[in-house]
Amino acid sequence: MATPNSPLWEVFIRSRNGLAHKHVGSLHAADATLALQAARDIYTRRGEGLSIWVVPSSAITASDPSEKGMMFEPAESKIYRHPTFYDVPDEVGHM
Amino acid sequence: MYTQALNTSDGDDRHVEDATRSAQFQARIDADERIEPNDWMPAAYRKTLTRQISQHAHSEIVGMLPEGNWITRAPSLRRKAALLAKVQDECGHGLYLYAAAETLGTSREEMVDAMLTGKSRYSSIFNYPTLTWADIGAIGWLVDGAAIMNQIPLCRCSYGPYARAMIRVCKEESFHQRQGFEIMLTLARGTPEQKAMAQNALDRWWWPVLMMFGPPDQASQHSDTSTKWKIKRFSNDELRQKFIDATVPQAQFLGLTIPDPGMTQDAEGHWRYSEIDWTEFKQVLAGNGPCNRDRLAARRKAHDDGAWVREAAAAYAAKRANRPVAQAAE
Ligand SMILES: [Fe+2]
Ligand SMILES: [Fe+2]
Ligand SMILES: [Fe+2]
Repeated sequence: MATPNSPLWEVFIRSRNGLAHKHVGSLHAADATLALQAARDIYTRRGEGLSIWVVPSSAITASDPSEKGMMFEPAESKIYRHPTFYDVPDEVGHM
Repeated sequence: MYTQALNTSDGDDRHVEDATRSAQFQARIDADERIEPNDWMPAAYRKTLTRQISQHAHSEIVGMLPEGNWITRAPSLRRKAALLAKVQDECGHGLYLYAAAETLGTSREEMVDAMLTGKSRYSSIFNYPTLTWADIGAIGWLVDGAAIMNQIPLCRCSYGPYARAMIRVCKEESFHQRQGFEIMLTLARGTPEQKAMAQNALDRWWWPVLMMFGPPDQASQHSDTSTKWKIKRFSNDELRQKFIDATVPQAQFLGLTIPDPGMTQDAEGHWRYSEIDWTEFKQVLAGNGPCNRDRLAARRKAHDDGAWVREAAAAYAAKRANRPVAQAAE
């Protein structure tokens, strides 16, 4: 009998107090509990984490990288969203 | 797993909580650890933060109204694009903050309803009208300037999701203040009428902006526990003083006069200001400011007018969820 494929999980780790969880990679595991244990063993062998999230890869909806041009075009032309666009004389100091 | 686990309601926060857990919690705070959504926390901490973050979120959302008033009347395309971008940012800030507040277990729908029914407040400053274009300059320079003073220490607040939302927000605020100052500078260097318009805006906004920092320290209700829990790192009066000290030289640079004839600089360089009219502040908080009714009416109308969109999106999602798998995958 063929071994059934185990689902893929995405692993997120909070590396330091106060930081957000950050994606570190993926792994295969039969269920959430095993995925969490595997994540600890695979991704935090040197104490890289304070907390782990595992999320089924199938639950992630991703934008299409080949369409990134169209996807992010709206922000490209809007240089006025940046502070440097505005003239504030140096004498006024930091703002 | 994550959000459901958080979906516990407050209950009665006066019930006796495990003294050991409370002590451990305080020890974590004292050690500058961040508290995260799934961590144990006293019910009063949860309640205080839910109130503060949701009111902050409402302020961002209601704050779009006074500035939105001038988008179609901005004096140039450059100014219009900037104002539109700023108002969009404020909307984004509201959404970051609702999401941070939701991690404490109250749904966004409940929070929005509390605002629309008047149970939950937003910053008093947004109950003042924007009468001229110079008000847009004054808001960016002063209102966003005051917000930045308030928000920078919140980047180190003990509650992780709030602190992280504040880091994002603060990065975006800099442009808001600079575009406001640029408007003020342009007007102040313009015709006598333009300069007078800038002065008039400063005259009207100055005192309400000082009130944004909240009641004086002796009168503030929430400060003690908020300080103990490291939600608040500076007192209202400390932040107000910092803001004034930073702003007076900016007004001098503009050649404008702060409407406080009694203001003097002390030996340490701090600008000492006159008594603030706290009865006005109380009146505005009680719903009697110049625009309270307008603001709530505008928010309610927007909420009601948008109901069909929310319903249609939910109906479409439900329809797709019920569709046979083969079709859905096409
Ligand atoms: Fe904002
Ligand atoms: Fe803000
Ligand atoms: Fe802002």
